[in-house]
Amino acid sequence: MKYAYFPGCSLHSTAKEYDISSRAVANALGIELIEIPDWVCCGATPAHLTLHLLSLALPVKNLLQAKKLGNYEVATCCAACFSRLKIANKFMEDDPVHKGKVEEVVGAKYSGEVKVRHFLDILVNVFGLNNISERVSKKLNGLKVACYYGCLLTRPPEIMQFDDVEEPHLMDDLMKAIGAEPVSWPYKTECCGASFSLTKTDIVLKLSQDILQMAYDAGAEAIVVACPLCQSNLDLRQSSINKKYKKHFHMPIFYFTQLLGLSLGIDPKKLGFNKLIVNPSKALSAIA
Amino acid sequence: MRIGVFVCHCGTNIAATVDVEKVAQALSRFPKVKFSTTYKYMCSDPGQSLVRQSIEEHKLDRIVIASCSPRLHEKTFKKCVEVAGINPYLVEMANIREHCSWVHKDMEAATQKAIEITKLAVAKVSRARPLQKTYVPIEKKVLVIGGGISGIQSAIDITFAKYPVTIIEKEPTIGGRMARFDKTFPTLDCAACILTPKMVTIAQNEYATIHTYSEVEEVTGHVGNFKVKFRKKARSVDLHKCTGCGACWNKCPVKVDSEFDMGLGKRKAIYVPFPQAVPNVPVIDRDNCLWFTQKKCGLCKKICAFGAIDYDMQDEIIEESFGAIIVATGFTQFDHAVYGEYGYGKYKDVITGLHFERMANSSGPTGGKIVRPSDGKEAHDVVFIQCIGSRDEQKGMPYCSRLCCMYTAKHALLLKEHNKDSQAYVFYIDIRAAGKNYEEFVKRVQTDYGAVYLRGRVSRIFEKGGKLIVRGADTLSGAQVEIKADLVVLATGLVAQNDAAKLAQMLHIPYDQNNLFTEAHPKLAPVETITSGIFLTGACQSPKDIPDTVATASAASVKALGLMVQDKLEREPIVAKVNPDACSGCRACIAACPFSAIETDEIEDRKLKRKRIVVKVIEGVCTGCGNCTAVCRMSAIDLEGFTNRQVMEEIESLRV
Repeated sequence: MKYAYFPGCSLHSTAKEYDISSRAVANALGIELIEIPDWVCCGATPAHLTLHLLSLALPVKNLLQAKKLGNYEVATCCAACFSRLKIANKFMEDDPVHKGKVEEVVGAKYSGEVKVRHFLDILVNVFGLNNISERVSKKLNGLKVACYYGCLLTRPPEIMQFDDVEEPHLMDDLMKAIGAEPVSWPYKTECCGASFSLTKTDIVLKLSQDILQMAYDAGAEAIVVACPLCQSNLDLRQSSINKKYKKHFHMPIFYFTQLLGLSLGIDPKKLGFNKLIVNPSKALSAIA
Repeated sequence: MRIGVFVCHCGTNIAATVDVEKVAQALSRFPKVKFSTTYKYMCSDPGQSLVRQSIEEHKLDRIVIASCSPRLHEKTFKKCVEVAGINPYLVEMANIREHCSWVHKDMEAATQKAIEITKLAVAKVSRARPLQKTYVPIEKKVLVIGGGISGIQSAIDITFAKYPVTIIEKEPTIGGRMARFDKTFPTLDCAACILTPKMVTIAQNEYATIHTYSEVEEVTGHVGNFKVKFRKKARSVDLHKCTGCGACWNKCPVKVDSEFDMGLGKRKAIYVPFPQAVPNVPVIDRDNCLWFTQKKCGLCKKICAFGAIDYDMQDEIIEESFGAIIVATGFTQFDHAVYGEYGYGKYKDVITGLHFERMANSSGPTGGKIVRPSDGKEAHDVVFIQCIGSRDEQKGMPYCSRLCCMYTAKHALLLKEHNKDSQAYVFYIDIRAAGKNYEEFVKRVQTDYGAVYLRGRVSRIFEKGGKLIVRGADTLSGAQVEIKADLVVLATGLVAQNDAAKLAQMLHIPYDQNNLFTEAHPKLAPVETITSGIFLTGACQSPKDIPDTVATASAASVKALGLMVQDKLEREPIVAKVNPDACSGCRACIAACPFSAIETDEIEDRKLKRKRIVVKVIEGVCTGCGNCTAVCRMSAIDLEGFTNRQVMEEIESLRV
C-alpha cells in the first residue's frame, strides 16, 4: 500500500504533530507515504480569494509532481489541501476553458487523472476498520470524544464525495474501532471560523466557543479533528474563548491520527502530544 | 397530378426566420406542383377559404400545407380539403415551424431548410393513396383508475348521464388522500364533511361498481374497446356477508402502525382504515395477522356472527371491457429523507404536513390535539418549512408543488385555533397563493393569527435540551435566525406515485421526466392523452389542489361521455397492411408489435397448391406505429399513409 503524500504547509509548521502522528500511524500499519518531491503550497484560502487561475494551477502543479513518482493516488491529511486538490481535479476533468488556461500556466497536459484521497478515508475505507481493530494493542478505554469534521471535508458534496455530507461518520467509526466512545452531537460540520482567525478573530472566538460548548454539553472529554485549522482555532484560541465568554473549558483537541497512534501502541512521545496547547495529560491518563 | 403548396407565415413565428415567399417560389418550380402561395395565418378562416378556392380554381388534387406540426393542425386542414372534395389523406403537412423557424436563427439557411422540408412533403403526397375511415363499435362503460376525490367525482359525473362506471382502487377503501385531511383551504370546510357524502353517493349508485383493494394488471385494446385485466386482492373478508359491525377488529390482538394515520396511531391486523370507509368492510393484513404468520388466534373468525371471515380467500383476476379509461391515480408525498440537514427523519418531532393533518383531525390518532410525537406534550412553538422537495433541482423536484403554500398557511391557522398560546413560524421561498380567495387567506393567517413568515431556507435542525433548534436565514432582514421549536412541520411536495411509470407503460400514455402523466396539449387538451380514449384527472398529471382536481375530474368525464354517446367510433385508416403473396410467415413482425395487433393466418397458396402460414393485422388494434414495416424482411407489410413507396419518394427527392 503506497501513496504519494502531500503534507501541505500546515503539516510542516503549525500542525507538525499531525504530520508526525500520521507518518507514525502509516508506518505502524505498513502504509508507505512517499512525500511528493518539491511540492508547493496548495493555494489554500488566499489563492482562490485573489486569482481563480492560481487556485487551480497550484494544486495541479503538485498533482503533476505526484505523477512523476509513478501511478499512485495522493494522500493528504489537511482538509484544505484535500479540498483544493479535489476541486482542481474537477475543473481539469469537466471545464475545458480552465483546463486550457491551467495547462498553459503549468506547461503540461493534465486531465485530473491523479486521484486524491484523505488519509482518514484511506484508513477507514481502504485499510479497513477490521484490520485496524486487529492491530489495536491499547483500547482507548471509552474516552468520550466529539468527532469534528469541519466545513471542508465533506463540502461541496458533488466534488468531495467524502462520507455523508450532513452527518459524516468515518471518524466516529474509527474512534469506535479503537475503543473510544464518540458522542452524538449536531455540530460535526459547523464552521470554526477558519482563516478569520487572523483577520476577524472575534468571529472565530464566537463560532469556536459554540462548538466547544456543544461538545461539552454532549458529554465529550475531548474533540477529535482532521483539519489543522480547526485544531488550531479550537486549541490555540481556547484560552481567549474562556476569557472572553467567562468559560472554563479544558478540552483537549486531538488529531485522529494521534489517538489512533496511541491505540496502536506507538510511544506517545512520537505522536506530538507535547505540541498541543490545551494540556491533554488528564485525558491521556484516563485512557492509560 | 396537380399539387398545391400553401406556405404559412404563422404571423412572425415562421416568417421572421424563413423567407416564406422564397419557399413558395422554389416549390412552384417543382414538377407536379401547379400552384403555390403564402398566407399570414393559413389555419384561420380566410386562410382555409384561400385553400378551398385555390383547389377549385386550379383544379388541385393533392395539397401540401407548409406550417406547423401536424399534431397541431393536420386535422384542421384535412377537414378543410374534405369540404373541397379532396380525400383528406391526400394532404401532407410540412412542419417548417417547430422543425425549422423556431429552432434556427440564420434566415438564409432556415429558408433553404424550409424548402427542403416542403419538397419532402410534396414528394410524399405525390405517392399518397386516398384512404377511407373505418368504424368500430364502442363498449359503453367507463373505467376509473383510482378512487380518490378525482376518481369519485369523475365516476359521479359519468353516472349522471346514466352510463355504467367502474372504479378500481388499490387501497381497501375509496377516499384517497382527501380522507386524511382535517380542514380544507381557504374556506376551512371539514374535508370529511364534503368528501364522505360523495363516497356514499357513488357507492350506492346503481350505475357504479367499485372494486377496492384491487389493481390493474394489464390493458390491451384501444379506444371503444379496452380489455382490462385487474387483480382483486384477497381481502379475507366476504364483502357481501360483512355488515361492518366491528366485532372482529375490536377483538383482534395485533396492533401495528396505522398507514392512514401516518404511523401516529395504531390499527389492528384486521381493520378498516377509518370509520367512514367505503365499503365499511375490514381487510386482513396478512403480513401481521397471527393466523397467517403463525396459524394461531383465529379470533375474528370465531367472533364474526355472519361467517364473513374467509382465511382461504384467493386473489381474483377479473377481465372486463371498457370504452374509455379515466386515470385518477393521484400523488404521493416527497420523501424528505434526502434532506440530511433536517435530520433524515430521525427526529420524531420533525413531521410532514400529512402528519399534521392527522393530528389536527378530531377523529385522528391524537383526538385533534397538536402535540409533539416524541412525548405527547402540547406543541407551542412550531416551525413550518415550505418547499421540501419542491423547487429544488439538486435533491428534489424542479417544479413548484402548488399547494404547499396554502396548506402551510392553513396549518398555521389550525395550530393557533387548537393551541391558543402557540406561535407559528413559516420559512418560505415565495408565497404562491394564486387561487380564488387564496391570497386573502394567507394575509389573514399573518395578521389575524400572528403567524411569523420568514423568507429564507433552514440550514439545519438539531435537538438540544429537548427542543428542536431550527437554524435558518431571514433574507429580508439579512439575519441568521435560530428558533427553539417544539415541532417542525415539513411542507413536503407532491410527486408521482411510485408505480406511475409502470401504469403509463401499461396504458401506452406518455409521462414526463418526473413520472407525471402527459396531457395531449398543455392548454387545449389538458385532460386528454395522446392515446385516444384515455383521460387524465387530478394530481397524477401535475400537483393540483382539490378545486382543480374536481374541475379536471368533471372535464375528463365529459370527454369520456363524448365517446359514450356515439354509436360507433371513427378509426384512422393509418394502419399496417400485409401483402400475403410476399409474406414468408417469419413472424418477426409479431415479435416487434408492441400492441399485439398482428396474428398468424392460414391461406391457400394457389401457386404452391398447399396451405401456408402468413400474418394479418387486426385493424382495430393497430395504432400505425410502423414497427412491423421496419422489421419485415420481405417488405410484405406497408403502413397506409406512410408506405415504403412514399418514404422512398421522399428520399429520392433529396438527391435532386
